Order: sequence, then C-alpha cells, then structure tokens
Amino acid sequence: MTTPLLSLQGLTKAYPGVVANDQVSFDIGEGEVHALLGENGAGKSTLVKMIYGLVKPDSGTMLLRGQPFAPPEPRAARADGIAMVFQHFSLFDALNVAENIALGMENPPPMGDLASRIREVSETYGLPLDPYRTVGDLSAGERQRVEIIRCLLQDPKLLIMDEPTSVLTPQEVEILFETLNKLRSEGTSILYISHKLEEIRTLCDHATILRLGKNVGECVPAETSARDMAEMMVGSTLQTPERSGREFGEVALDVSGLSVPSPSEFGTALKNIHMTVRKGEVLGIGGVAGNGQDELLGALSGEILTAADAIKFNGQRIGKLGPTARRKLGVLTAPEERLGHAAAPDMSLTENALLTGSVREGLESNGFLKWAETKSFAEKIISAFDVRTPGPENAARSLSGGNLQKFVIGREVLQNPDILVVNQPTWGVDAAAAAAIRQAILDLAAKGTAVVCISQDLDELMEISDSFAALNEGRLSAPRPTTGLTVDEIGLMMGGAHGMEVAHV
Amino acid sequence: MIVLEKRPQPSKAWSYATPLVAVLATMVFGGILFAILGKNPIEAIGTIFWEPLFGEFAFYYRPQLLVKGAPLVLIAIGLSLGFRAGIWNIGAEGQYIMGAIFGAGAGLAFFPMDAFFIFPIMVIAGAFGGWLWAMIPAFLKVRFGTNEILVSLMLVYVAEQMLASVSLGLLKNPEGFGFPGSRNLQQYDSAHNAELIAGSGMHWGVVTALIAVIFAYILLNRHMLGFHIRLTGEAPRAAKFAGVNPARLILFCLGLSGALAGLAGMFEVSGPSGVVSIDFNVGYGFTAIIVAFLGRLHPVGILLAGGLMALTYIGGEIAQSQLGLPAAAIQVFQGMLLFFLLAFDLLTNYRIRAARSEVA
Repeated sequence: MTTPLLSLQGLTKAYPGVVANDQVSFDIGEGEVHALLGENGAGKSTLVKMIYGLVKPDSGTMLLRGQPFAPPEPRAARADGIAMVFQHFSLFDALNVAENIALGMENPPPMGDLASRIREVSETYGLPLDPYRTVGDLSAGERQRVEIIRCLLQDPKLLIMDEPTSVLTPQEVEILFETLNKLRSEGTSILYISHKLEEIRTLCDHATILRLGKNVGECVPAETSARDMAEMMVGSTLQTPERSGREFGEVALDVSGLSVPSPSEFGTALKNIHMTVRKGEVLGIGGVAGNGQDELLGALSGEILTAADAIKFNGQRIGKLGPTARRKLGVLTAPEERLGHAAAPDMSLTENALLTGSVREGLESNGFLKWAETKSFAEKIISAFDVRTPGPENAARSLSGGNLQKFVIGREVLQNPDILVVNQPTWGVDAAAAAAIRQAILDLAAKGTAVVCISQDLDELMEISDSFAALNEGRLSAPRPTTGLTVDEIGLMMGGAHGMEVAHV
Repeated sequence: MIVLEKRPQPSKAWSYATPLVAVLATMVFGGILFAILGKNPIEAIGTIFWEPLFGEFAFYYRPQLLVKGAPLVLIAIGLSLGFRAGIWNIGAEGQYIMGAIFGAGAGLAFFPMDAFFIFPIMVIAGAFGGWLWAMIPAFLKVRFGTNEILVSLMLVYVAEQMLASVSLGLLKNPEGFGFPGSRNLQQYDSAHNAELIAGSGMHWGVVTALIAVIFAYILLNRHMLGFHIRLTGEAPRAAKFAGVNPARLILFCLGLSGALAGLAGMFEVSGPSGVVSIDFNVGYGFTAIIVAFLGRLHPVGILLAGGLMALTYIGGEIAQSQLGLPAAAIQVFQGMLLFFLLAFDLLTNYRIRAARSEVA
C-alpha cells in the first residue's frame, strides 16, 4: 500500500466548553477527492484549520507523505503544498483580479507576468478569467474562480475547499466539478467539505463523516445512499416537517414594481419586483447570495423605504412606513445576520427581546420600559423554542448560532405576525434546530400568516414553500407552484450559469 | 507565553474593579516616576490624594473640588450619551464657551436691573447657546454626512475667536478702564450664580450636575430612547432594524450634550469665574472627554470620575507648589490614569492565560 498524502492521527482540539475535534483520524490518498461531511458545528472547520495551520491541535499528529507535519501558520502550510479556498471570500471589491491575487502572495511577480500566469492557469483548468476585471463586478462564481486560481498558482498537492457550492447555481456547480475532476486526474488531492449529499455522491471518492467532533464513519459515497449518509451525520432518523394541504386566503402582501438602490456600494439594487403572498401561503425565494436578498428583506422590514404603493399590506400602502410602524400593523421580519442585525451581540436576551417586541408585546408605556414584562417575554421565547441558555440575562453572543437563531425566529413567531419575512432561517443551524424552525414557520402559515422565506438552501425551500421564485441580480422571477419544479428549471430561474463561460477541459 | 482569551460574555466583576485597579496602578507607577524625579513618592502621592480632602487647608480645597468637578461631570454626562451611540462630540469646549457668552450676554442685557427672572433667563440662554453650537455639526452630519468629530472640534477654535471678540467688543465692561473682559457678574446680584451655602462651593451648577446624573441614569436604564442610544452604539444595523431613526438620534445626542456644556459654561461665567474674558476657558470641555471614559460612560461612574479628576487637578497644584513637582509630571500622572484604565479595561472582555508553548 502506498503512503497516503496526508494522514491525520488522533487530532484533538478543545475550546472552552466544547470539544471541537475528538481523536479524529483519517487518511487522504494521492489524487483522491475526499469528502468531509457533517452538520454545522460538527467540527469540520476546526479540522481543516488545523491542517491549514490556523489552529494548533491540542494533541494528535499529522503526517504529510510520511513526514511529521505541524504547520505553525498558514504560510508554512502553503509552503508544504496545502491550499485552501474559504467559504467566505477574502477579496477586495475595489481591486482587480490580478491585484487581489498579488496581495496574497509572498513575493508577487511584476503585474504583467502575474496577469499572463493567471491567464495561463485559468485556461489550463477551464476557468476563464480576465485578470484586469474589477472584483466588485464579478459574480459569486467568478469570485470563487479568483480564489481557486490564487490556490492553483501555488501548485498545491492538497486543495481544501470549504462549502464551495453554497454560492453557486446548479449550472455553476457543474463547471466547478469539471475543474476539480481535471485537478484530480493530474494527481492533486482535494479535501471537499460539504453537507450537500448529492454533490458528494457525484464527486467524491471517499467520505469521512464527523458528528460532534468525532469521526463516526467512513464510506464510499457512490455506493451509499444519501439517506444513509444523512443519518450517519445526524445520528438518528430524520424527521421531515409536516405540512397539511392548506387553503390560502386573500392576498396579504402585494409587492408591485418595487425598485430600490442598495444602501451599500457593492450591494445589489432591486429592480421592478412583483410578487403576491396570500394568507397561509409560504413563498420561497431562492437565489445565490448577493443577488438582492438583504435588500429585499430591508425593503420589506422598513429599513429601506420605497415608493408608498410598491408594498401593500391587506391593501394598505406601507412602502413609506418605518420598521416600528410596520410591526404595529403585523409585518414582522427576521434578517439573515443574527449577530449585529437581528440581535445586538453584547446585550442580554431580555434586551434583545425588547428590540423588536416592544410595540406588539406592550413592553413600554410612554417611552418607559417595562423590564419585568420584557424578561417574561424573553423567558417565553426561551421555553417555547427550546433555546439552550442559562437564562435571559445572558448576552446574545454567548449563545451558539443555532440557539440564537431559534431565539430570533421565536421572537417574531410568538408575536403572531400577519406577514413574516425570514432570510436564511436555518443558516448555520444543526439539523434538529432547523427542523424545529421550519415546523414553526409551517405552523404559523397554517394559522393564516403569509410567509416569505428567503433562503439559499434549495432543499429547505422545496420542503416548506408552496410557491417558488428566484432572485437574480436584483430581479425576481415570476413565482411558480413548488410542486413539479425540476432542479434544472430552478437553476434557470436562478440565472443559469450567469453567462459564465463553460469550462472547456 | 501569555495569551488573551475572549470571555463568552463581559465580566461584571472586572467592569467594576478596573477603575480601582487602574487608580492603584497609577499610584504605584506615578510613585516610581516621582521617585526618579528625586521626590519622596509616598509624600507626593499623599499630597495629591490626601491633602485636598483631609489636609490642613482642606476647608479651602474641598469647595474647590465641587467647583472643578461640577462642570466636568455636567459636560461628561452629555458627552457620554452621544459616545454610547457612537456620536463623537469632541467640541464641548466650544459649546461651553458659547453657553458662557450667551448666558452672560443675556444677563448683562438687563444690567443694572434687579429681578428674579434674570438668572433663569440666563440659564435658558446658556443652554441655548451650547445647543446652537452643537446643532451645527449635527445638522451638517444629518444633511451632508460630514464627520462630527472634525466639525465640532474646528468649531472650538471658532468659539475661541468669538470669545476674544466679545471680550474686546460687545461685552466689554464700559467701566473697565479699557481692560478686556466683561463686567463681573459676581457683583451683579440678579445674575450671580452664588454659593447656595456660603463656603461650601455648592452652586447651581453643582445641583444641575447631580440632576443630570440622575436624569441620564433613568434615561439609559428605564427609557426607550436610552435603550435606542445603547443599541445604536452596540449594533447600528440592529438599531436600524429596531426602528431607530439615526438622524433624530444624532440631533438629540449632539443637542443635549451641547446644551449641558452650554449650561456648564453659563454657571462658570456667572459664578466662580464671573467675567467673560479671553482666557475664560481652561479646557473643561476636553478634560470631560477623559472623565466620560474614566467613568465608563456610566452616569454614576462619571460622577466618581469627575470627583477623581478634580482631585488630581487640585492635588497636583498643591504638589507643584509644596513639593516643587514640575507641572509636566502631574500631567504624565493624569495621563497614566487614563492609560491604565484603558489597559485594564481589556480584562472585562478577555482573560489572561499562561499558554503552554508546545507544538503538537
């Protein structure tokens, strides 16, 4: 048997209060695409950070081609041929592709030489990219190409990819996979992190499954069913949310001709959006991140004001009303970013309950705050949504992502909204919590609330929504009933391959 | 090796302990500084902290503590509300000057009439003057997005020119034999901010400062507006989501801090100083920024910090005259206090841990 490229033996890393990795061991062979599978919080990120030299393991060893390997910092890992494409890109919008790549290099060559090398590498691997384009103008898929090319310029032996497809349309995913297959055929190993099972089944040779920091099993994805892998990931049988056949009432939310510029410079303006949501209906809005999701939520919450008649609630024009006035009417929202937008990180849960609950829960009188009532509202959210925390006096940032998300969604659901708009309701949330949140949204709809669910998780949208529309570059496709939609149709609604040149390998 | 580890949430105990630890550290290192300068460190520290309160001439120094502390607290309370919301009024010195000019001007307009309503009118005029001066950066920020730090700071120098101008012109004492400066308000009963109890140092400015502390405490802890101020400072996006109107908050915070600074200037000019003169302002508006942070932007903390600051000023002066310590050494000593406070502040959010320096 040949020596594996990288062998991990008993890696352990503990953080205060949680063991992120507990005795994790596995091997990555030469030229192998190895999947690292697990739920959010299973310890995948910590593990790859150890390989990439960002985090030092508490115990355990790594062998690179049989030699002991302990990178003290990413620079050392890169020197040993390890490259990583992060989930969140670290690119400067205002600089062009070549400049961005030069910034990440130890000794960048002259710009002209670099540009021609970028062209050469990008064409070899079927990732056409103009080195002189400004990054701010690139699509998410193209930005990812920049990151990949940055890695390929180092001629890596092991390429680590952290959730690379979360920002891509199905068509863009196909292009990426062709590139990865070419890399594999040239002998480059790839460590592919994901929780998307179908992708792993098509792409990967081998999979290691992590649960709560432990290696709970390995499999050959092509020979294992998605359901089996999911149950290995979660550790129990999966419960799918129930939905009963529902009758829809009258139109509750009517958006017509909504166009607003983005408040941030590199944001996406909303262009002429039309949609209606009936009472009891769940409208799912898909699309790749950065195509106007934040702006749409802002326009519906009242953070971004629009023309008065662009947004109507039960026939009333609310486009010019601010967040407080809309809450009073019954239009509630839960933004994507939990810390800093939906909740104030350093404030207690009680104070965060006040943040949106003050109007509808009667937590103030003449401007004076009723702390006792606010505290019991916070306690109600905590118990109704099973938020794991010692109590409402704890700071929001002390909660795990999933628990805070349950709190944020619960805060809105318990206020009995007439319209609920949520953005990425289960992002970074473990499967059990995600199921609870989806069930809460469905229950709310069953009681007659009109729900708009913006998400990048297509499986989630297929599961809970009655109709589906996609945001692409600030435009919304016409909503269509969810039943009977195919992946290809959804992909096209999301903008297809965004005109990205297909890889010609 | 020592590493800093972020606490899951801020430590309550440390947030109360850091000011005390900072004062102790200042005493230790200040003592070392004084020793290097060839003075007896214990005597020097004792002079600064003990003499003004309990020394032989304490009967003179204690009222001075109130006189020096009150404007610092009054201005710092106003500033702290804005600082909490991330609105940086650096120009309290200018608003203090304008409050004094408006207040004294309103009083002198009635000279030599005697009436009970003159002093209240001066109070309102003083607050208005400070408010007006703070509204300039506030309006420019709301309307054109200018930086309030720069605008409010620049306006301090404009206010100083105005002060020089009125001292030499508009408000100049007609019976002053050509010397610059206004009539002495201490000699004009209806406009004099006299001590409420003779020899105590307690004047209306001290009372107002205490009221401001209570008002700020209630506002921050019991009122929606105070909640919105804190929320805006901690998470601006969350504040917008909660429905806070940022423009209104800017106008309120800058306006209120300006009005309080104006009040401080008005009480000073009509009381301890008495005269509008070119060198009327002595930097209370800038020192109040330190007081606000020393008091951790908390109303009660500011009250204590104002007292401590006044103490080091008066004690520092005594140490200069009695022990011959250079003025610069006293300033270094005060600087140390702020430095240690900010340094120890780290412990509220981080814990120090000795790390094993092994590589796995």
